[in-house]
Amino acid sequence: MSFRLAWRKSLNVFMLSLTGLCALLTVSTLFFILGYLVWNGGKDLSWGFFTHLPAPVGEVGGGMANAIVGSMKLLLLASLFGVPIGLLGGVYLAEFGGRTVPFLVRYTADLLNGAPSIVIGIFAYALVVMPMHHFSTLAGGIALAIMVIPTVLRNTESFLRDVPRSLREGSFALGANKWRMIATVVLPAASRGILTGVLLALARVAGETAPLLFTAFGNRFWSPGWNQPTSSLPVVIYTYATGPYEDWHRQAWAAGLVLLGLVLITNILVRAFLTRGTAYERT
Amino acid sequence: MSSAFPLMANSGAAAASSTDKTSAHTPAMTTSGANTLRMKVTKLNFFYGKNHALHNVSMDVATNKVTAMIGPSGCGKSTLLRTLNRMHETLRHTRLEGEIALDGVNILTLDVTKLRRMVGMVFQKPNPFPKSIYENVAYGLRINGHKGRLDDAVEKSLRRAALWDEVKDKLHKSAYALSGGQQQRLCIARALAVDPEVLLLDEPCSALDPVNTAKIEELLFELKPSCTLVIVTHNMQQAARVSDSTAFMLNGDLIEFSPTGHMFTTPSDPRTEAYITGRFG
Amino acid sequence: MATTPNAATPADIPGNSRTLSRRWAGADEIAHLITLIAAGTLLLITVLLVYQLWVLSAEARSKFGWSFFVTKTWDPVVGDFGALTFIYGTIVTSAVALIIAVPLGVGAAIFLAELAPPKLSSSLTFVSDLLAAVPSVIYGLLGVFLLVPIMRTTIQPALKKTLGFLPLFQGPSYGIGFLTAGIVLSIMIVPFVLSVSREVLLSIPRDQREAALALGATKWESTWKVVVPGARIGIFGSVFLALARALGETMAVTMVIGNNPKIAASLFSPGYSIAAVLANEFSEATGNLYLSALIELGLVLFLLTFVLNGLARLLILVTTARGSGVLPT
Repeated sequence: MSFRLAWRKSLNVFMLSLTGLCALLTVSTLFFILGYLVWNGGKDLSWGFFTHLPAPVGEVGGGMANAIVGSMKLLLLASLFGVPIGLLGGVYLAEFGGRTVPFLVRYTADLLNGAPSIVIGIFAYALVVMPMHHFSTLAGGIALAIMVIPTVLRNTESFLRDVPRSLREGSFALGANKWRMIATVVLPAASRGILTGVLLALARVAGETAPLLFTAFGNRFWSPGWNQPTSSLPVVIYTYATGPYEDWHRQAWAAGLVLLGLVLITNILVRAFLTRGTAYERT
Repeated sequence: MSSAFPLMANSGAAAASSTDKTSAHTPAMTTSGANTLRMKVTKLNFFYGKNHALHNVSMDVATNKVTAMIGPSGCGKSTLLRTLNRMHETLRHTRLEGEIALDGVNILTLDVTKLRRMVGMVFQKPNPFPKSIYENVAYGLRINGHKGRLDDAVEKSLRRAALWDEVKDKLHKSAYALSGGQQQRLCIARALAVDPEVLLLDEPCSALDPVNTAKIEELLFELKPSCTLVIVTHNMQQAARVSDSTAFMLNGDLIEFSPTGHMFTTPSDPRTEAYITGRFG
Repeated sequence: MATTPNAATPADIPGNSRTLSRRWAGADEIAHLITLIAAGTLLLITVLLVYQLWVLSAEARSKFGWSFFVTKTWDPVVGDFGALTFIYGTIVTSAVALIIAVPLGVGAAIFLAELAPPKLSSSLTFVSDLLAAVPSVIYGLLGVFLLVPIMRTTIQPALKKTLGFLPLFQGPSYGIGFLTAGIVLSIMIVPFVLSVSREVLLSIPRDQREAALALGATKWESTWKVVVPGARIGIFGSVFLALARALGETMAVTMVIGNNPKIAASLFSPGYSIAAVLANEFSEATGNLYLSALIELGLVLFLLTFVLNGLARLLILVTTARGSGVLPT
């Protein structure tokens, strides 16, 4: 009897420690990744890395200025196309929708959200690259926008739904129309959450490589305008990491550190500051 | 519109010619004496889906008086109040039969946003917007395209709500920095800013302590000369203190509607008597 | 004059108020329409996506039919395409990933939901969320330069020595291959298993745990025999969600799987996956049939994740709705 109890107790301790170990292992991965990147990429970061174009193939040196600018242009397009559609769609789901259409949209958004990013790339290729007959910043931006829309939409919807009914009624009771009520009370009250969702969605697509491979493609030079192939940080990391040159590998580490740094900093700042509390009082 | 209306000729004509000119018939009403009607509810039936929430309710709301509605929870008093400025339309699956008139005009024929400008509402829990004190009061003015100095209008409303002295130095602070009682008075100021003819109050003191409740009740007296007030309350003493006439409701029926003094001393219906002597509810 | 002050209200609003308010009432309709169009755009995108994949893969579908899925040949020169090697690679790497990630993720979720004090739990969840945000190309980078050499020099020889009697762990150690890709994938999907499982576990009502503890169960027994079974369906949901991620994951796999269309029993062997072949060959595909075959692969991948995601959401919804009435978003 007491043996059995001792067995149960030690099993208890053992299994519980095991779960703790799982958690520790998982969480420490992040710090390991970050540390390893800093260690490997930190020494190759220099001012020139941010300001120079890539050196000719096979030569040592050069930077990633064009990839950094390219990534920014792609993100700009993604927000320009993706955020308004996601935002307005979210408003529809939370404020106007009946039953069937919102259900359909919500479900589709979740499925599109889970679609492999490479498939989104194929779609953008068929949608933009094939009719235009060439790769372009525009095509890459649209691919990323398609990934931004479902996230922003679902997120906007859930934050709008959280706005208490009493605030809506207060606005109606003063003679506001529905759209004025939404624009002047509900959206401002939910703005923090919505902004969080937008920034996190952008941080996510900022690191996407697969949808850019055959839309934005790549470019060793500046890409003026929106109509030419462009370089981007994730694609350069991929190309350099799988390329044959030692110097490319070093630059891939440095670029990886920059990309990870940007993504993590955005995530931390957004989650730490914007998600703290709401604009309205919880009831 | 029903011809049972004493003021039909006047207001009906006004309504027919232009619903804008509500001002045209307002003086006509007020000149005919102190006890004129601001609102009249006639044979009102109300449904939430299949649930028949109000049965054939008829009642009058006298101009510049306080009308109270009492009754146990779920009796329909809040529902009735909400129909008076058509707030029920913000809920789905509701249906309204019968007639509600404001200054002789059927409110269902009015533009709803305009109606709500004339018939303001204060809710059970203070619901200031997540904006500054100033912006809260200015909200109704802004959305209604107020012309003139906003600052003056805001100050006037805050003074009418007896809140000005407490907030004049922090107008641009968040409304949530105020106490619950102050928030509720802010909501009253917000409703007053658009100069409503009628102010509906849905248990405005239920979330407040006695001191703040007293302040709001005092405020109601001060508002009475300039505004018609309808208040729903679960507190009979409050109804007795503040109102001129009282409606007692039970299970969706208007049981008794009479001058407050009369209601609380010699109720004519045994159910009213049972309720006010505390035997149920 | 008995005119009340409030009688001034309508006069304050001049004669254009009707047209103004009418215009605003119409604006409600316009706002409704605009937002509906935005929401409809999402539906349109999805429908268009499926349509494009379907139409553009028509040539390959009509030429190869169902045999596409059971043929090993992938020969762009001759124009003979079969997807079997890629499907095999995708399934094997995802299976390896699940075998590693599910116990790890669920174990960590149990710790966070049942044991850790709330503050610790939320900060660890925060870190796990950050882990989910790390771009996949970063995992690929670490895979290529860190994991592959370790696999080649240490892990694979060690596995051969201990478990070498299994066909799974035989053959030369290249470093790259199914096993390495699976391990990288597992690291990437753990955060998904963890966060969803944690949420599902937290939705199990408190009184059930207390009932078990009151009967003299140890903490572990109450967790393992009461809480986890209650959350079983939702945990399955999290596994499907993670599986959908693993199947579609492109960059990290492409960088470490070896990109060699091969079916081999050994996990040490280099292979290829659907997503990887798309990443490598799509922009270089010459000829319509080649492109069409690749797009058919994309269609397969999309439909697979589509079904898995749908199933996952259903399962998670069922558990959490029953547990607490709180639905995850």
